[in-house]
Parts: sequence; structure tokens; C-alpha cells
Amino acid sequence: MTAMTADEIQSIEERFPQVFQRPFQKRFGPLLLLGGIFFYLLYALWFFNLPQVMRESHWERLPLFLTQWISYDVQPIFRLDEPQITAKYPRFSVLGPDPNPDWVKTNADGSVTILIDGTAKSITFNRTQATIIANGETVAVGLGTGKPLISGPVPGWITAHEDEVVADMGFAGEARVAVDRVRIRKRFLGWANFVFDTRSPFFGKSASEVASLIVSGPELKPGTSNLALAGDNIWNNAQWQHGDVWTKLLQTIVMAFLGTMLGGIVAFPLAFFAARNITPSRLVNQVLKRFFDFMRSIDMLIWALFFTRAFGPGPLAGSAAIFFTEIGTLGKTYSEALENIDDKPREGVTSTGANGLLVQRYGVLPEVVPVFISQTLYQWESNTRGATIIGAVGAGGIGLKLWEAMRTNSNWANVFYMVLLILLVVFIFDNISNFLRRRLSRTIHDYNRIQAEQG
Amino acid sequence: MTLSVTAHSGATHQMADAWRRQTSLRRLYTAIGVGLLIVALGSTMWFADEANAGHFFDRLPHLLDFLSWLVPKDWNDVWRAMFDIASPHDTGTQEFNFPLGRAYVWGSFYVPEYFELMLTTLNVALVSTFIGFVFAVPFSFIAARNLTPHPVLRLIVKRFMELLRAFPEIVIAGLFAAIVSIGPIAAIIAIGLHSIGALGKLFYEINENIDMRAEEGLRAVGANWFERVRFAGLPQVLPNFMSYTLLRVEINVRISTIMGAVGGGGIGEELKLSISRGFGAKTIALVLLLFTTIFIVDQFSAWLRRKLVGEQAFVMGA
Repeated sequence: MTAMTADEIQSIEERFPQVFQRPFQKRFGPLLLLGGIFFYLLYALWFFNLPQVMRESHWERLPLFLTQWISYDVQPIFRLDEPQITAKYPRFSVLGPDPNPDWVKTNADGSVTILIDGTAKSITFNRTQATIIANGETVAVGLGTGKPLISGPVPGWITAHEDEVVADMGFAGEARVAVDRVRIRKRFLGWANFVFDTRSPFFGKSASEVASLIVSGPELKPGTSNLALAGDNIWNNAQWQHGDVWTKLLQTIVMAFLGTMLGGIVAFPLAFFAARNITPSRLVNQVLKRFFDFMRSIDMLIWALFFTRAFGPGPLAGSAAIFFTEIGTLGKTYSEALENIDDKPREGVTSTGANGLLVQRYGVLPEVVPVFISQTLYQWESNTRGATIIGAVGAGGIGLKLWEAMRTNSNWANVFYMVLLILLVVFIFDNISNFLRRRLSRTIHDYNRIQAEQG
Repeated sequence: MTLSVTAHSGATHQMADAWRRQTSLRRLYTAIGVGLLIVALGSTMWFADEANAGHFFDRLPHLLDFLSWLVPKDWNDVWRAMFDIASPHDTGTQEFNFPLGRAYVWGSFYVPEYFELMLTTLNVALVSTFIGFVFAVPFSFIAARNLTPHPVLRLIVKRFMELLRAFPEIVIAGLFAAIVSIGPIAAIIAIGLHSIGALGKLFYEINENIDMRAEEGLRAVGANWFERVRFAGLPQVLPNFMSYTLLRVEINVRISTIMGAVGGGGIGEELKLSISRGFGAKTIALVLLLFTTIFIVDQFSAWLRRKLVGEQAFVMGA
């Protein structure tokens, strides 16, 4: 490659000045924008006090919470200062009122062995000595001297505190050994008591046992058939609250449906008056359009808060909130669809001497109805997704239940259960709405194809 | 309107018959559809009414009651509430105890607390939109059918974005509230994750509609995937990306207000408290502030969008 002379460079610059002498704004615009974003982010860092928040946050809780979504644990305590070493379970243990798990073994010499994950991760203890086995290592803890003493080297998975030795066995659980007690946490994958809770007479029975009880067993509760009893037990499961969860979920769906549909019904006639090609009065157009803007810009949240005050908490308040917002959203989209129509069919119908209403019915509606339905379906779908949030401020539905379950910080499995249900509902509604919209657009497409073929 | 068909021949007659049959069938379907819709509306209304704390017809006469507490004794209280100036009607209750909510910036110079809360809400929206944008852009190129580096990767990214979109925001906010403590950071993470999914979908749909000739040209000179996306894809789609991002800012301002009401900090929290405790003047001040802010954000972003891509950008986004 030969180098260009100054003359050549100059001639190129003269021929293409737009490339070489771009205005300042264009040359440095992107750079300034990036710099601006950078400084804004620095400001945000300071504004939200991010370094301190990050220092004080507990990221180690994240995997802990996530494991709690899909598993449950049992936490027995063994008192070593009592005559007999027996397991004490928490009052509402998932194992029921009379647990006798096979992973707690009392040996012949009075010591107790707990199989946290088979024999590979286990702990055996008596009053004077505990032996912890995990990760292929065996650690002996002496308990006779007033504080737990580990003989030999301390492996990484054991933390020795002043009065307690904590053995972390990963997902399977942990053992906390002190001189007067041993606390165990054994973790199981899955959800405990999902079908029957511990108070139910069906608790702890296998599926076939339950089936045979329902079909031919004696009445467990006099006066009620076993089938009805089982149904009632499942529906009113104290821990999982299936009945309540499903009712609340239905409320969320109903809120989205009612709000969107009623919003559509109200917005439909209004849109005709807001469209400037259909209603020539500029004043009416503007008033209605500003009204739609107003309904939209007062947020769904504010409507929800107002209506919970007016109607009391519940799905009525939520529906009304969505209804008011949707008047704005659908009114806007409907009137825009109306403004985009082809004027010829309308002129044709007008030329036959039809009155105003008939012109709308035969000249305008056929063109916009598919668009209207498709937009309404889209809003319905989007509101089904969004209605969980306003539920959390008391507008009914599953939102509040979710929020309450999270606040307790312990019912993460319930949270996950509700999330799964919501995801399922969103998935189903997405598909219904997509299917219907595809059908609609296919109709338009077919119509256009026929038109094209006919020339 | 009736259509009269004069029977000139058998064929015309047949056509008219078929047309009539088709219309009556259509009408039947429409009637069934409308009937089902009415039944659905009626039953859902009944259900919503039953499940609600107060019933519709019982509450209807009192519907406007809640507006009456909005009317303050003195309309000047609205301004006093907004700027935290002591009210002469102060009776010792929190309702009129305005001067408490001040954020002192320098010495005795203060910003009304509401303005600071509004700023928090705005910043939550902006930062989370930024997070959404930064991740959605690369994801959208992977998820676009015509630009994806690998079909399997495309499928994974698409599903992942769908999940982010559908996952309830309050769950993410609640989870992170338990980790970084309740406040705006949890809201940013929740809204940011949702924005990745929402923007990513809109972005990859734009990507799938680009003119592929530039990409072919780059392919011909041996450009790798990154270079093709950078020099053929990005310049074509960037204006539309920006337009959708601005639309997202508007949506995120609203969502961050809602998140505030469930513990995400910002103005939503104050609004919820104010309404539930019945502080009329404070509520009006807050709604005015929120309304003005949302109006300004909407107008500014509409103006920017018009500058960026022209009128075609004015479509609904979710």
C-alpha cells in the first residue's frame, strides 16, 4: 500500500466533507452519552449507598433460601443431660406427632447414631463422646470436660466454637454438638406434607393405602365419607393451604379478566368519539384523549389503593383498579387503530345512504374488530402477569399471600409453590392468547390474500 | 341491510344459498361467543364480589366517601405538605405534622422528603432499565433467529428471558429483600431482571427484521460473529432499541412506585401509608407529585423517541 500525499487527502476531504467534517454533536455525541451514563452510574452508586448495602448484605443466604424452595428439613434435639437420650422434635414437626424415623438409631450400648446421609455422613454420640463421619473423615469430639474438644486436626467442614462444634455436611444437613445437647438438621429433597398435613388421619399413609381407605375403608370420621374427608383434608391442608392458594390464584385471574373486559367495553364506544377521522369535533377528540391519558397515568397502584379504601380489600378493588387503567390503555390503542383504517369501505357504505351507526357497523367495524380483539387479549395477558403485584397492596389475589409468605422468611417452599402456579397460569394464558391472536391475524392474512388474488 | 339476489341461474342461486348458510353460521358462532362472554363476565363479577371484603352494591353509595377525606380543610395544606412547611392546623397528629419530612442537604438547606423519595423511585427505574438494556442487547442477538451463533443457545436464552418476564417481580424483590435488606436495591434487582426479559423479547423481534445484506457482506470478508453483530446488526437496530428502552423507562417508573408500596423504598411506600391512614392533604400532594413526574417522564421520552425513530415508534410495549 502506498501512502497518500497531502493533496490526495485534501481532495478526498473536499469531495466528502460530510464524512470528515461532521458537526461537533455527531462526532462527540456518543462519547458524551457514554460519559454521561458513566457519571450517572457513579452518582447512583453513591445515591443508593451501594458499597455499604453490599457490605451488609447476606449473600450466603441466597443458596440457603433457594434450597429451602425445593426441600425441607427436620431438626431434632438430643438432650445429653437427661437420663435417656431421646429425640425431641419441634412442636409442628413435619414428621407428625409421633415420629419414629429410621435414620435415628439407638445402639445397644445406649449411644445414638444418626444417619444424616447414610453411613457416609453420620454422627454417633453418647454422654462423653461424639464421632462425626463426613467427607471420608472421622472426627472424635470429647464431651466430658465441660466444653467440646476435638481430638486431632480440625477439617475444613467443621467449625469449632467456644461451646459448640458445628459440622457442615452440605445439602444433607448439619450437626451441632455441645456438651449438654446435640442438634441435628437433616434435609430432604421435596416438599413435606404436600397432600395431607400431620393432623389428617391419612397422614403418613402410602398412596395405595389412602386409595383403599377411600374405596373400601371404614369411615374415619363418622358421618363423612372417606373421599369427602380426604378432599377436605387436602383442601384445608394447614401447611400448604391449597384451598386458599387456589382461590387467591383464581381471584388474580378474575381480576385481570374482569378489569380488561370491562375496560374494553367502556373504551369501545369512547374510542369512536376519540378518533379524529370518525368524530370530526376536535374538542371531543382532545377531551377524550386527555381523559385516556389521565386514566393511564394515574397508576394502577394508586387506583388500587383508592379502591381498597372504597370497597375494602379484595378482588373487587383489584378489578376496579385494572378496569380504570385499561379504559386509558385500551381507549388509546382502540382510537389509534380507528385512525389508521382505510376510508374507502366507509365511503362506500355512506354512499348507499346508510345512517351514522350503520356506517360504523359495516364500514368500520369489520376492519378494526380483529385489531381490537388482539389488543384486548394482549392486555389481558399482560394484566394476568401484573395483577400479582397490586395484590400485594391489598387489592386481592395471590400477591398478598405471596408477600406474607416471604415476610416470614421461613415458608420459602410455599413461595415456590405459588410461583410455580403463577408461572403455569401465565404460560397457559400466554398460549391461549397467542393462539387466538394467531387465528385472528390469519383471518386478516387470508382476507388480504383473497383480495390480492382477485386483483 | 339485506342482500337480494335475483336467481338468474342455478349457480347464482347456489352461491346465494352458500353465502346465507355461511352468514347464519357466523352469526350463530358470534352469538355463542358473546353469550359465553356474558356468562363469564357475570360469574366472575359474582365471584369477585363474593370474595371481596365489602360488597359492590353495599359499597356503591359510599364509593365517593373516600373522596371526601381527600378534601383538605385548607387547600394550602397540599403545598405545605409537599414542601414540608408547618401547618397552622397542626393538632399534634401526624396528619399535619409536616416539618418532620425534610432531607437536609447542607446546613439548614433542605429538600422536601417527598422530592427525595420521588428521586429514589426515578433512580430505581433508571438503574434497573440500564441493567435491563445492558443484558438484553447481547441476549437479543443470541435469541434472534437470523443472527444467533447457535440454535441451541438461542433456545436456552429465549426460554430464560421468558422465565425472567413471567416470574413475579414481588417474589424476586422479596427474596432479595431478605438478602440485601428491604429497600431500593431489592427493587432494582427485581425490576432489572424483569426488564432483561421484557426488553430482550422486543429487541430480538427487531433483530429478526433487519436487512441481512450488510451481514452477508461482513460474512463474505470473514468477520466473526461478534463483528457481524457489531457492524451489521447494531447500527440498524440501535434507534429502535433506544426507543423501546425509553418506553421501558416509563413502565419502570410505574413499577418502581408499586414496588415501593410493598417495601421497595421510594415514594410508593409513603403513598401507601398516606392513603391507608387517611392523610388527605399529604395524599393529594403525593399524587400531584407523582402525576407531574410521570407526565414529564412520558413527554420527555416521547420527544426523544420521536427524535430517534420518528412516529413509527409509538407502539404499545409491555
